[in-house]
Amino acid sequence: MPLDAKTSNDKKAFKSVGTSPIRPDGIDKVTGRARFGADMSAPGMLVGRILRSPHAHAKIKSIDTSKAEALPGVKAVITSADLPKYKDADEDILINIMARDRALYDGHTVAAVAAIDAAVAKKALKLIKVDYEIMPHVTDVDLAMLPNAPLVHPGRYDGMAENEHLALALQEQGKAKSKRKSTNIVSRYDFGHGDVKKGFKQADVIVEHEFTTEATHQGYIEPHACLANVSSDGSGELWVCTQGHFMVRDVCAALLGMDVSSLRVTPSEIGGGFGGKTTVFIEPVALALSRKAGRPVKVVMSREEVFRATGPTASSSIKVRLGAKKDGRFVAAEAVLKYQGGAFPGSPVEMGAMTAFACYDLANVKIVGYDVVTNRPKQAAYRAPGAPMSAFAVEGCVGELAEKLGMDPIELRKKNAAVEGTKSSYGPTFGPIGLVETLDAAKKHKNYKAKLGKNQGRGVASGFWFNFGGNTCVNINLNVDGTLALAVGTPDIGGSRASMCLMAAEELGIPYDDVRAIVADTSSLGYNDVTDGSRVTFASGLATINAARDCAAKLCKRAAQIWDIPADAVKWENGAAHPAGANAGDFPPLSIKELAGQAHSTGGPIAGHYEVNADGAGPSFATHVVDVEVDPETGATKVLRYLVVQDAGKAVHRAYVEGQFQGGAVQGIGWVLNEEYIYGEDGRLQNAGFLDYRIPVCSDVPMIDTVIVEVPNPGHPYGVRGVGETSIVPPLAAVANAVSAAIGVRATTLPMSPPRILEALKSKSA
Amino acid sequence: MSNIHVTTTINGDETEYVCRPDESLLDVLRDRLGMSGTKEGCGTGDCGACSVTLDGRLVCSCLVMGAEVDGHKVETIEGMADGEDLHPLQQKFLEHAALQCGICTPGFLVAAQSLLERNLDPTETEVRYWLAGNLCRCTGYDKIVRAVLDTAKDMRKVAKKSSAKKTAKKGARHAA
Ligand code: FES
Ligand code: FES
Repeated sequence: MPLDAKTSNDKKAFKSVGTSPIRPDGIDKVTGRARFGADMSAPGMLVGRILRSPHAHAKIKSIDTSKAEALPGVKAVITSADLPKYKDADEDILINIMARDRALYDGHTVAAVAAIDAAVAKKALKLIKVDYEIMPHVTDVDLAMLPNAPLVHPGRYDGMAENEHLALALQEQGKAKSKRKSTNIVSRYDFGHGDVKKGFKQADVIVEHEFTTEATHQGYIEPHACLANVSSDGSGELWVCTQGHFMVRDVCAALLGMDVSSLRVTPSEIGGGFGGKTTVFIEPVALALSRKAGRPVKVVMSREEVFRATGPTASSSIKVRLGAKKDGRFVAAEAVLKYQGGAFPGSPVEMGAMTAFACYDLANVKIVGYDVVTNRPKQAAYRAPGAPMSAFAVEGCVGELAEKLGMDPIELRKKNAAVEGTKSSYGPTFGPIGLVETLDAAKKHKNYKAKLGKNQGRGVASGFWFNFGGNTCVNINLNVDGTLALAVGTPDIGGSRASMCLMAAEELGIPYDDVRAIVADTSSLGYNDVTDGSRVTFASGLATINAARDCAAKLCKRAAQIWDIPADAVKWENGAAHPAGANAGDFPPLSIKELAGQAHSTGGPIAGHYEVNADGAGPSFATHVVDVEVDPETGATKVLRYLVVQDAGKAVHRAYVEGQFQGGAVQGIGWVLNEEYIYGEDGRLQNAGFLDYRIPVCSDVPMIDTVIVEVPNPGHPYGVRGVGETSIVPPLAAVANAVSAAIGVRATTLPMSPPRILEALKSKSA
Repeated sequence: MSNIHVTTTINGDETEYVCRPDESLLDVLRDRLGMSGTKEGCGTGDCGACSVTLDGRLVCSCLVMGAEVDGHKVETIEGMADGEDLHPLQQKFLEHAALQCGICTPGFLVAAQSLLERNLDPTETEVRYWLAGNLCRCTGYDKIVRAVLDTAKDMRKVAKKSSAKKTAKKGARHAA
């Protein structure tokens, strides 16, 4: 195949791709040998611990660390005074990892210590005296938008644009204008096209609801952990569990005033991330402690710290209006989204707004999103950031519309579904997409035909995620025995090394077991963006395929040299160089093993490289179908059946694609039924542990049935689309629709915990 | 607080260490003995990542004191495979792709082994309730449950064969 061939979708028969072999890191992970963030140590290592604010909002009048410093065994104590001050884009991150003048949320870091062991470190934290002046706080998104709300950043948003946001928001709430200069609304986003007013006039039926969702945490089982080692010449090493070690390197170097080249970051195995490990928390703190103490420092968060101080996702308050003709055709759609993303700007409301109606072909659509700050931890990305909440609201209205019109919910969605050529609600026009295919497959599935009993209900919902490409760099080194060392720069959270090996093996026509993939450290490979946006199988895959092609081209050259024929008279096929074309001559093929063995005498080592800022990621759509049973006595919901149908473009490792579908669905089940951040009147988080923040356990869920739809993405050589994120977009809505059907009341408030369901049942009978 | 001297058996090896009276078995394993296969997800008994067995009983090692195991037997994930040979559960977890990130895997394996030692023919519901103390955030549990059920099935076959062999042998001996 020519190297410039962009796609090989027409290459129908894959050999390796589409199978489910055992992953290269598998044995280490089932024997306990794999090393995660907290599993590394170094000679002379100290234990780092962090002091956190017990207040939701407080001025830090002074910090006295003298007693802690005097405690035997304490080697360093740091506060914001030990970190440089910046007034640029990094400032929010800097202040988030170490409070400066004010503590902005319960759990905000105010100081840190490094000591010879955990017991001494704990004692030292107690000896640090912080003089706080408690300030008024706000943790609720709707309250934070009111004109008299306590301000999270007084004075910061005095600018014109922000005042306009407030005026508009108030107007939309039907409230009087405010004279106040500052607000907690930090951005406003507008999307849409057409004329919604006109559209609603044509509607025969209009559905309208207000929805709220609570903040939920990614809930990765591995707490954040790192081991920092800064030497006296200012250079440093960091071992860390992260979704993006290049990001960690660049951000830490900037925050600490180091050269990028003097910091080497090695990614550990990572025990889950789901977006939550795409930023820094303890890493710069550990480096600063190590720099001050002159010794390696390990920092591992407790579960309580993970809940209080790392990013959950936003909570939201959403209003949706949807109008349709009697035949089910949508004529207008409108939404206002308010997301609070904690104490700093950056809630995922923009993406919530962009994805809200992305499943539908709409002539008239309007979406407004407000990014709001509150006294909560800075939100971090959580799987399809912002999308599950808006899908919950929109798909809830679609479900109700189906009921009102007496239409099958899948047929109603099909009637309005976005297809290739649809102008999306957020702007671009879709290329080939697979929403209709997921709807068809869902309708055909046996789960959709299962009989429902008393107190049972079925819910359907569709979802969309953009997917992403980004900066990617891959190396392939050919070993002397013909096996390959494949180095990628994107941390492997769910088996991606296996997928990379499959693609390299496919491209070079060699066995899967002959390729071994590693995640290389920051000094061994060019820059790679974070593992996020469902980008790895797409972008690192695309780079791997192209690096393999580069390798194949070099192998062909060596063969040409051996045969003494022109290089373009050699082609690579089935793991060997073959003479190609009329004048090439008749030579027996040279296998990769033979060529590798002779490499030293034909010009030296053979390696393939590829660097790209990949675009062409193909969106992935999904449709979920769920059956639930609600116990009217207790209000408890049991999930009876669950079906995920999603477009993967091309599933590289089928079992891990299914795994992404299943994992996303179950996280969604937790979000809709149980999980929530609960804040007290005092602004403190009340459920910072797995006992009170209850994620789904094995006995809560049934088997999760999956159907992989494959509508190839033209932007990838094998047609791959990312799959990690779309799977969490529909479940909130699907389960809510099922519960609504079972109890006969529209569920608009998440989580739908037993007390909430009992309340809804009561309101129905009243 | 003075340290306590402990003598115990870990994965069949006699082991001695000193630890503080307030130190958990999990901390001893990970920080004093370098056995980092047992994971910490919460430290409060809520996630099961730290599962080990103590005299054959499944426990959260974060809730057991290091000093408590003096004179007892501890089994951890590091003792599960027999040298190069994986335990059938380990093999099935790989084949079924029952792990994504793998942080929960040691805990699940230890817990599942403990189930199969008691009940080699569990129903899906029994598996789900037995493993309800182990949190996995990646997989949605589907492939984990399948891996455990499939292992049980294989182990039953092996057990049947070997007992059949035993009876056959016995029979042969009698005949002779
Ligand atoms: S670490 Fe022991 S149960 Fe979570
Ligand atoms: S595989 Fe990641 S927590 Fe279970």
